[in-house]
Amino acid sequence: MESTDVSVSIRNLSLNFGTVSVLKNLDLDVQDGEFLVLLGPSGCGKSTLLNCIAGLMDVTDGQIHIKGKNVTWEEPKDRGIGMVFQSYALYPQMSVRGNLSFGLKTAGVAKDEIAKRVARTADVLQIEPLLDRKPSQLSGGQRQRVAIGRALVRDVDVFLFDEPLSNLDAKLRSELRVEIKRLHQKLANTMIYVTHDQIEAMTLADRIAVMRSGLIQQLDAPQTIYSRPVNRYVADFIGSPGMNFIEGEVALKDGAAHFRFDGLDIPLARYEFDKAGAKAGPATFGIRPEHVAVNSGEDWPFTATAPVEIVEPMGSDTLVWSRLGKQALTIRVSSERTPRVGENVTIGFDPMNASLFDAASGERL
Amino acid sequence: MADVQTLNTVAVGIDPAAGQLSGPRGAKPRRVLSRRNIFLYGTLIVVAVYYLIPLYVMIVTSLKGMPEIRLGNIFSPPVEITFEPWVKAWATACTGLNCDGLSRGFWNSVQITVPSVIFSIAVASVNGYALANWRFKGADTFFTILIVGAFIPYQVMIYPIVILLREMGLYGTLWGLVIVHSIFGMPILTLLFRNYFSSVPEELFKAARVDGAGFWRIYFVIMLPMALPIFVVAIILQITGIWNDFLFGVIYTKPDTYPMTVQLNNIVNSVQGVKEYNVNMAATILTGLVPLIVYFVSGKLFVRGIAAGAVKG
Repeated sequence: MESTDVSVSIRNLSLNFGTVSVLKNLDLDVQDGEFLVLLGPSGCGKSTLLNCIAGLMDVTDGQIHIKGKNVTWEEPKDRGIGMVFQSYALYPQMSVRGNLSFGLKTAGVAKDEIAKRVARTADVLQIEPLLDRKPSQLSGGQRQRVAIGRALVRDVDVFLFDEPLSNLDAKLRSELRVEIKRLHQKLANTMIYVTHDQIEAMTLADRIAVMRSGLIQQLDAPQTIYSRPVNRYVADFIGSPGMNFIEGEVALKDGAAHFRFDGLDIPLARYEFDKAGAKAGPATFGIRPEHVAVNSGEDWPFTATAPVEIVEPMGSDTLVWSRLGKQALTIRVSSERTPRVGENVTIGFDPMNASLFDAASGERL
Repeated sequence: MADVQTLNTVAVGIDPAAGQLSGPRGAKPRRVLSRRNIFLYGTLIVVAVYYLIPLYVMIVTSLKGMPEIRLGNIFSPPVEITFEPWVKAWATACTGLNCDGLSRGFWNSVQITVPSVIFSIAVASVNGYALANWRFKGADTFFTILIVGAFIPYQVMIYPIVILLREMGLYGTLWGLVIVHSIFGMPILTLLFRNYFSSVPEELFKAARVDGAGFWRIYFVIMLPMALPIFVVAIILQITGIWNDFLFGVIYTKPDTYPMTVQLNNIVNSVQGVKEYNVNMAATILTGLVPLIVYFVSGKLFVRGIAAGAVKG
């Protein structure tokens, strides 16, 4: 027996297509009621993993447990899952009501029970006026609502979302994002959500699993992933505009670590090294654009003078392209304090907010 | 400060007619009798006439009596319209020992075409669905073999099939021919259906599986209603193909069970007696009527189905 608060458990899961290995010996535990986001670029295996959990793809090796039951060989319908697809995948010839009740009819649920559940689902998602329409008469947002309803109506333990918002325009996407979050708070079901959109991942997730070529790179709360990425890949993938990376080397001087590059020197006294501690050697120094202050007048552990090369106003704030030593640096400043192009500004930051990666392996130091 | 209102209206004091709005405006006018149009429609008319003249001659001849035909003016309309040749072609023309006209062949053809069309399309659509959506081991090999089958010349297979039907006791029967037609329709129809079902989004199929539907339920409830256009195409291809077939009809049936095409040939090519051109023409039109009606009735659906298959396949 395993502990009851694990909802979905994936053990040593591998999947090969011929000689191509898509998922490599993957382990993942999703807690009951947790919202887990699988995040990664296209081709990283995140959708494949979701399909494996749903039972739509046969795995090469390993096991999948849902609610303490080994479902590795079960049919999708017997796994207690509901799935929402990117293309909505509504049955075009059926009305919305038909779409919602199809799964229940297939399962042989009684007619009045079907009607009851459809009514309840329609109420939750506010799609009652649409029940007798065909999918072709609905807008994208409405279609996706119905698709969510189709998963909802089946009363399942686990919801699987396969990039459900990617086909919608930006405004609808943010609306439905909030709606999904609200739904999760209301239902408290386990949800596994695949996306390549880091905003969706950050806003929705209890935990994010960042994936890359079939492996989970980091599995943590969104804020931890953002502020303490385990390697350079995660640091680069999360955050927009992306983190600044400065190539240089760590040097030890009188027992204190410093980061040296292009004749500049960043003291690392306030940087939290991992257990191995500071070691001299080539490294990459990463700092997020919003952690660099411009002309703040405060006393930062590191300050320098930098030229303003390009200014990109983005409404709420402005992105400043600058240069530190010989290396590019982007800085995020509030719109009111935008410097002029050509100007030289004083920048400063605290290495406590930075991330330091091994130059060869890319691992966090 | 420019507000939305002023950005979208012409500024006061500028006469719109005098300024940017004089000169060309709106859709460019096109001449009806341009060189391009004359060439285009001229070609179309010539081609249409080229195809229609034989039909005209046939209809006109079939409505004339033999004395009138012997005058040799094949393009002139009939002086005395007679439906005698049509009646004779349908009911009393002789082929061999039978003198009941084309009617016997017509009913034979119906009995061959209807089951062949239903059977071949039923099997091929399930084939195509399975090949597109339920990828089994060796599916590609199976499909390749099936498609290669479409390119093997019929002549190679004629004699083996004769033996096969003889051993099964079906040689010379209508059902034997039904089986032959169903087998030979299989490659192209399976290809047609497979390509159509491949164009159906995979996620739809996945959603149905998550909803608990199995092989047949997905086929009948989800896929079949979506595939109506391609079914129309398949039905038209099969009806016209099987109705117009001559080779298999003449090989695998006996005089009693000859399809209409074979009987038509026997009427037209009979060497004894006078050549009754009017009866021949009427018989030919009667035989061609079924495919013709199918095309006229379903023309629009046919084009739509072909286009759907072509764009997405």
